[in-house]
Amino acid sequence: MTVLVYTAIALGSLVFVIASAARAVLYARSPMHLRWELYPVPHEHPDRVSHGGSYFEQSEWWKQPRERRFRGELAVMVPEVLFLKALREHNPKLWRRSFPFHGGLYLLAGAGAGLLVLAAVSRLAGTAWLDGAAGHVARWTVAGVGAAGLALAVSGALALLHRRMQDPALRAFTTAGDIFNLLFFVMALGTLGAGYAARPPGSADALGIAIGILSWDASVQVPRVLAAGLVATAALAAYIPLTHMSHFIGKYFTYHAIRWDDAPFGDSRKMSVALAASLAQRPTWAAEHMKADGHSTWADVVTTNPTDEAGR
Amino acid sequence: MTRRARMPDMARRDREPLFRVDPAALPPLSPEPQAPPRPVSPARVASGAEGYDLDGTRVLALPNPTSPEEEDALVRAFLSGLEKLFSRENNWTFLQPLLLSMEHCAHCQTCSEACHVFESSGRAEIYRPTYRSEVFRRLYFEYVKGGGLISAWQHGTVELNWPLVARLAELAYRCNLCRRCAQTCPIGVDNGLIAHEIRKLFSQELGIAPKELHAAGSMLQLKSGSSTGMIPAAVKDNVQFIDEEMTEKTGLAAETPWDVEGADILLIHNAGEVLAWPENPGAFGVILNAAGVSWTMSSDIAGYDSVNYGLWYDDAQLARVALLHAEIARKLNVKKIVIGECGHAHKSLLVVADRLLTGDLRVPRESALTVLRDIVVSGRLRLDPGRNDFPVTLHDPCNMVRLMGVVEPQREILRRVCPQFREMHPHGVDNYCCGGGSGFAIMSGHGFEDWRSDVAGRKKLQQILDAFSDCLSTSIPKYVCAPCSNCKGQIRDLLAHHGAWKQHRILYGGLAELIVNAMADVRPGFIEWEWR
Repeated sequence: MTVLVYTAIALGSLVFVIASAARAVLYARSPMHLRWELYPVPHEHPDRVSHGGSYFEQSEWWKQPRERRFRGELAVMVPEVLFLKALREHNPKLWRRSFPFHGGLYLLAGAGAGLLVLAAVSRLAGTAWLDGAAGHVARWTVAGVGAAGLALAVSGALALLHRRMQDPALRAFTTAGDIFNLLFFVMALGTLGAGYAARPPGSADALGIAIGILSWDASVQVPRVLAAGLVATAALAAYIPLTHMSHFIGKYFTYHAIRWDDAPFGDSRKMSVALAASLAQRPTWAAEHMKADGHSTWADVVTTNPTDEAGR
Repeated sequence: MTRRARMPDMARRDREPLFRVDPAALPPLSPEPQAPPRPVSPARVASGAEGYDLDGTRVLALPNPTSPEEEDALVRAFLSGLEKLFSRENNWTFLQPLLLSMEHCAHCQTCSEACHVFESSGRAEIYRPTYRSEVFRRLYFEYVKGGGLISAWQHGTVELNWPLVARLAELAYRCNLCRRCAQTCPIGVDNGLIAHEIRKLFSQELGIAPKELHAAGSMLQLKSGSSTGMIPAAVKDNVQFIDEEMTEKTGLAAETPWDVEGADILLIHNAGEVLAWPENPGAFGVILNAAGVSWTMSSDIAGYDSVNYGLWYDDAQLARVALLHAEIARKLNVKKIVIGECGHAHKSLLVVADRLLTGDLRVPRESALTVLRDIVVSGRLRLDPGRNDFPVTLHDPCNMVRLMGVVEPQREILRRVCPQFREMHPHGVDNYCCGGGSGFAIMSGHGFEDWRSDVAGRKKLQQILDAFSDCLSTSIPKYVCAPCSNCKGQIRDLLAHHGAWKQHRILYGGLAELIVNAMADVRPGFIEWEWR
């Protein structure tokens, strides 16, 4: 059973990483799109960011040095990622449910990472330090963060589920999958929490299991309910990037590659190459005015006047 | 009001609309217009063009299949277009944004609260930004991503038939593409983009688009030079007439230079201004000449009309017109193109087409608002703001402001020339669309004009009334400055429809007119307080 748990955790983590990366690569490799930005764009000059302005507000903007302030992006990204700022501003009712849920997941991820660090240190330096003051602080911090994360994530998921069922506007757009997704969180994390809280005296704690995974120590005893919670959570981790819940990946692109992508073509060689490649594509749109026969390239199509007699 | 529409209703085979606007059920305006609300005209369906009704109005002349086989053929064509929309070779232009918006919606409905059409309709389900997108998303997962039981369970399904396709086509034209919804989406999903892409599918695959945008729009522009139908000789005649009018009216010699090679500025107006609001291009001429600017207009095909309706429904048409504009500037060897007061022309040539123009077609492009701002701030004109001592508010055209970030130049001008300038709320990048965006302002027929005044423009009208709430008396003339031709047309229709000129003496116009009205060297009274 212990090996089964280890295998599930390893596989779940692997699928999560690979599927997330694959999704990111799919988006990153999409062809350069036409500009479609949305203001305010936070990397603009601070004088303009305050009112949502762009470099187009400058006369002869192409002669002006273009600023791209990463600090400005950070000032938007950090509160957005950590506190779901846009949701708080535009949908506070939902934010009161969504923030605990997401905050709980962040804490859980933090606790998981903390456990791995502690386990790795213990593997390298031995476990004696864990009985010292630093070890106690580290263990209790991780345990506290993990417990808070579980409680927030489960209660947040339940609150989201309740709202989804109660609010007619949300209910009309809710699929069986949406309900399943939230129940999956409740079930997996709830079992994990219950299994951990109810584990018999003397059985392995979280750090013990983490050390066991790193050393693949099959002698570690994982109680059944806790094992079920760990396997379910591993399955959940593998499932997330396969669904729309992978918006933590999509959001990077919707913000950085679309809303904030105000890069002018200028003399960019990268853009020139990308545009040349796209203009060489052969569209097959069927409408008469498109003049796209599958042989003509986009460059041919857009330089054809569909109203010319010769173009008919 | 008809019952709350659900997604499966899109596939209904009866001819009843899914929703019909009931003026009495719309959110009240404050102050209420004195005239009772006009009933929204029922769709006057042309004989032989019966269709599956969406909401009692229509902008498309859809095919009218008479047999199941014909319906199937149309549905197959739709599916073919759907597939192409998600392929690199057919839609490299917007593939990445579209994929992201298809795959990451959390169905949280945050966007709905930002949509003026949804709110102003009394929260009709079919106008919810996610309604259209979700129908389309379900088709995407079923027919592009392979579908199957797991997909149906995860993403939901919707029956695909001709009634649904026909209603979806219409529904793509109940969104102004203002993208206010996208601004509020915590994930960055863009329902405006999805409506845009649905329009493209219908245009580029099935050849279906509103006649005002396509046959009498971009096609006419590519053929004769302007969506107004004006050929080069006609535009020169009209502008000559405007010059004469301006000379007489202002007391300053007005002459528009044509086809001047090497000029600093190639000024391209929305040609609709020449016909509907000649005082705007006239005012530009007065300002540029008085400021000693080297400028020209072009009489080449499309060189005198900045409109680019392809922006709203068709990438090929967008590129074709943008290339014409750039080619004309290249031939004239001007230092830069300046776009007049037209929001979508700004966005199409300065922003969206930026990644379409290569080599020597990369002529610098600038907004007229920055050019006017520089002239006003430079002191080259003697200005007397006292001539504009009446309440003025500013409409922010979405294409220039939220979608392009040109927010302050127009305000810098107004603060200098209009002592009673006041903002609408919200304004700037948080503004509301006028309700005429994405081509609506030029679309009419089948009750659509009433729909855009009663529903799409309702929020803007309330904003205007609120901005002037301290001076609504007819004894005080008021001015809505709309530095965009399409917005101006919509605001004209909106004020007329709701009687705001008669009841409150609210007039509308452009920005350049306010500058000329304040010029001390011009005869007083450039702005005429007459309804037009």
